[in-house]
This record gives sequence, C-alpha cells and structure tokens, in this order.
Amino acid sequence: MDSSTQRQEVLILWLAHAALDAPVVGWSHWSGAGEAELDAEATPYATGVAALADGWRLLQITPTVAPSSGSGSKETLLRHEYVFERFVPWPRS
Amino acid sequence: MSTTLLSTRQVAEFVARGFLELPAVADPDLCAAAQAEMAAILAKWGRPDRPSATVSGTPLDDVLPEPSALGAVLRLPAVRGAIDSLVGPEAVFDHDFVHMKPAGDRDRQALHCDAALDSTTGFDIQLFFFPHDIGPGEGGTGFVPGTHLRDVHTTDVARYQHLAGERSWEGPAGTVLIFHQSLWHRGMPNPSAQDRWMYKIRLNPTVPQVRRWDTSDLDAVSPGHSDHVFATTTPDTVPAWLRRGEPWMGPSDHRLELMARARLWRHLSGDDAFDIDWYLTRHEQRSHLDGRASADVR
Repeated sequence: MDSSTQRQEVLILWLAHAALDAPVVGWSHWSGAGEAELDAEATPYATGVAALADGWRLLQITPTVAPSSGSGSKETLLRHEYVFERFVPWPRS
Repeated sequence: MSTTLLSTRQVAEFVARGFLELPAVADPDLCAAAQAEMAAILAKWGRPDRPSATVSGTPLDDVLPEPSALGAVLRLPAVRGAIDSLVGPEAVFDHDFVHMKPAGDRDRQALHCDAALDSTTGFDIQLFFFPHDIGPGEGGTGFVPGTHLRDVHTTDVARYQHLAGERSWEGPAGTVLIFHQSLWHRGMPNPSAQDRWMYKIRLNPTVPQVRRWDTSDLDAVSPGHSDHVFATTTPDTVPAWLRRGEPWMGPSDHRLELMARARLWRHLSGDDAFDIDWYLTRHEQRSHLDGRASADVR
C-alpha cells in the first residue's frame, strides 16, 4: 500500500455458518479514508463470496475450533467471522 | 396491590427473545409527571441531594414510594405483574439510571450488555420506561432479540455494528420494555427535534424464579415429549414459542440456543424433564451410560 495515495478499509462479515458463501447475518465497516462509502444500514453483501467478487481481500477467517468437553453447547460471541480489506484512493477527490 | 401476572406465552416469549413490551401502560398525566421527575433526578445526579436515590438491596415494595411518579409506573398492575412474574415480589433494587439523549445527537452507543459476566441461570430484569412517543427513525433503545443467553462481557460485542434482526425501539408514550439482564442493546442516535428521555431500573430476584407467573394454562400448553420437530409439533405451546429463530442466527446457533432456552425453561417451570426436540435428554441419557456427570451437558 502506498500510504501517500491510499488508505485501508476494513470490512467484517459474520456469516450464518462456516462456509464463505453462507448468508451474511452481521457486518461492520471502518475506513481509514474518512467517512465510509458503504451504506451504513443496508447489508453490503449477501455472502462472503460476494465481497470477494467485489474486490475485497480476505484477511482472516475465524479458526474452526472443536468445542472442549463440557462446553459444547455454551454460546458466546458469533462464530463465523470473516475480515476483509481493500485500499481506496486518498485523499478523495 | 393489584397486579396482572404474565401468561405462560409471555414468559415463554421472554425466554426465547429476552424481552417483553408493555405498550402505553402509563397514561399521559403519569408520563408527564414521570418525565419531570426524571429531569429533577438528572439535574442532581450523583450529588448527596439527588432525589429518589435508592440504596441497592432495597425491597421492591420500598422503591420510589409515593408520591413518586416513577414509583407509580412500577406499581401499575401490568408492570408490577410482569415484575412479579419474572423475579417475584421479593425482588430488590439493583440500580437505576435516567437516560437523556439530546435532540439531534447522532452518536450511536456501542452494542453491549450490562454489568459484568453473568453466568447463572437465574437472571435479573431491567425495565426501560419511555415517557413520550418515539417515532420511526427517532432512535429509542436498540436491541438484538435472542442474544440474552450468550456468555459475553459488556462491550465484547461492540465490534458488531449491524446484526440482522436488530430492533430500534419506537412506540407510544408510557411504554415499558423489560429486558433479560444480558440482552445486547445500545442507545441509538436521536435525529428528532426533541430530547429523548428514558428511565431504566434493574431488579434482582432473591428467591427461586419458579412458576411465578399465571400458570393456570401451563399444563395445557406443555405437550411433553410427544412434541418433536421431526415428528409432530403443536402450535401455541411452550416448545413452539421457544423454537422461534432470529435473523442473526445460523443453523448451529439456533440449535444451541434451543438447548439454552430449554435449560432456562426447566429453571422457571421446575420441570427438570422439559426439553425441546430431545437435545438435552439424549445427552443426559448417554452421560449416565458413560458414568459422566450430566452437568457436563450445559
């Protein structure tokens, strides 16, 4: 990334199950270029693969961790988290 | 004191979704008096002369005594009946808070659940009272139905800006929302032209929360193990109400939530054999065969 002309955007999608083409059930977006261009209220993509198809780079997938004995049915945070990034021109014209 | 206890369906829906709505239970005069009292409290918040400062542990019957308008809201038959149904009349005061969101304040609070880690099956309730109308898009309290049985710690969930199914409460003046202690929620922006007021109070149970609601129909809506999603199911019964999914849940989330809800229903109903679709029972049977403690199946 050329920090003199670009800034990073981060998109996190939470999917309904462990496959990248599963439906999106939650999302968050942050932009280093100032105000985000994504519509804050509308689901940005139907699936994780749809984000790839739109040019986002996949940075991280939640590891699939086997539940430990005795804790298999205790839910905490959302399981299927996918972190994406892209670089956008900066400063914006 | 006159009370209107919750029905079995209302309690089951609370177990499934983590909240109840009591729309427009306070009349306009009481709403106006309550909002004035909220303003008086907020003006002296944290000071020795703060009005209506209740000590944690105070019995419910002694909280906000007459002539408090906020106390009158708590003593409305529908409100007191809901409290008694969920935490019992022996409940005690935990804390309260006056929320005032100024007109035009665009800040959206981070998603969170209150207090610290709460891992017990027994639960506190939080009442949210809205003394004036909140119209569409005017914010209100945001919350995510069905998140209350997950073990998270306060702002661990702040990373979630948007979850499918999140609600932003809007509705008529005089409404009381009741939340399970662990429901994920936040204060939403207030783009309207009027300041937005809300009073919150948290109550703790002091006795087991077993069959405190109007249980006159409980047997009739409890089909037992003949009700199974892969065999026959009966609408308008406890398992049917507890099976409700939420848009943010994937398939495995939903199945595990059913197990968590069944455990909570056992706690509230006193029926240790209650189950939804045999998920808890099959594990418990196998655990006995293995010689393992059934407590492993949480």
